Amino acid sequence: MATMHLSVVTPDGSVFDGEVEMVSVRAESGEMGILPGHVPTVAPLKIDAVRIKYENKVKLLAVSEGFVEVRSDAVNILAESAETPGEIDPKRARIAKERAEERLDRINEEEIDVMRAKLALKRANTRLKVSEGS
Amino acid sequence: MASLKEIKGRIQSTKKTKQITSAMEMVSASKLNKAQQNAQRYEPYTKKIKDVVSGIAAGSSGISHPMLEERPVKKTGYIAIFTDQGLAGAYNSNILRDLMQKLRERHQSKDEYTVIVIGRTGRDLLKRYGIPMFDEITGLPDQPSFNDIKNVTRLAVDLYANEDVDELYIWYNHFINPIQQKVTEKKLLPLTEEVSEEDSKGTAQYEYEPSPEAILKQLLPQYAESLIYGALLDAKASEFGARMTAMSAATDNANNMVDDLTLSYNRARQAAVTQEITEIVGGAAALE
Repeated sequence: MATMHLSVVTPDGSVFDGEVEMVSVRAESGEMGILPGHVPTVAPLKIDAVRIKYENKVKLLAVSEGFVEVRSDAVNILAESAETPGEIDPKRARIAKERAEERLDRINEEEIDVMRAKLALKRANTRLKVSEGS
Repeated sequence: MASLKEIKGRIQSTKKTKQITSAMEMVSASKLNKAQQNAQRYEPYTKKIKDVVSGIAAGSSGISHPMLEERPVKKTGYIAIFTDQGLAGAYNSNILRDLMQKLRERHQSKDEYTVIVIGRTGRDLLKRYGIPMFDEITGLPDQPSFNDIKNVTRLAVDLYANEDVDELYIWYNHFINPIQQKVTEKKLLPLTEEVSEEDSKGTAQYEYEPSPEAILKQLLPQYAESLIYGALLDAKASEFGARMTAMSAATDNANNMVDDLTLSYNRARQAAVTQEITEIVGGAAALE
């Protein structure tokens, strides 16, 4: 099967670097499946899991604040954070989730706080999803 | 000449100090090593973002974004990176001196600028000189991860985005080698120089999802934040380099001092012995 080179880079270093068969990401405009030979594209990513398929395995990464750059032969994902299931602490994510939900319940606060709580909730959910491998 | 006991005491206390400084030298050396590795790991990230940003700027003309455009400057923002702890030689005073000089040259009044200061020493120094501080950040870890400094970068970028300041500079010590640091000023925002018509090699025409503007909107703050993070990693490496050098100089000085003191200790002891002999001989002679 045809492969392409994927590298996932964060400010704290490279998280993934290797040949893959398919990458699927959630871009701002919707779900995007990238196969070798994709049209060169740049798209911002939502906070969500990135699904990487290679050597008959599927690997999940929890990505936040990133974007994807597709070239003819390579895919680059640049994100502020990208975590593998092993790096995620489910307990911490669950606590973060509860905290964010609690904050969202008290709605009569400033707009920024709601935004931040929503983002935090999204990150926590993504982390949980990735760590559970679903 | 000081008494034997006094000299002995000084030798011992100098030796104790030497133990501390040489331990700190070694600690700094190992931290420096890590800091350099961090800086290396971060390099590809910022390079990639820059590639894409300049690719967009080059590929599609007529795109505008507040972060790419100069606007009349009413207020200037500075980020100054100092250290939390002292014992780093001239590290902090170098930055302070250059920063103060530039501030005096550029601005007539204190309303024209504001400083975000990182590091406890810097905060204390700037407070003493009455420099207006927008915010202070202290207690950053020695090996900061991007997450640790996200609040700082977001604060700075928001300051520009909300038009509280119209340009943003960062001041830090650039790491040249462990014994050399250079005070560096870098313009962060607007990103006029970074994204000039530098042609990006090999960047074919991209499809932009959903649009180039929307991507810039996300990418430019991310890029600016990554620049701040890069400066911080650089500054951390400089800090450990400076501390290592300062501590190694202190250890050398302590060694010299112990040598000198040992010499005078031996002299004093010899003088005492000689005196005693003279006295005995004198006493014996008087008896004859």
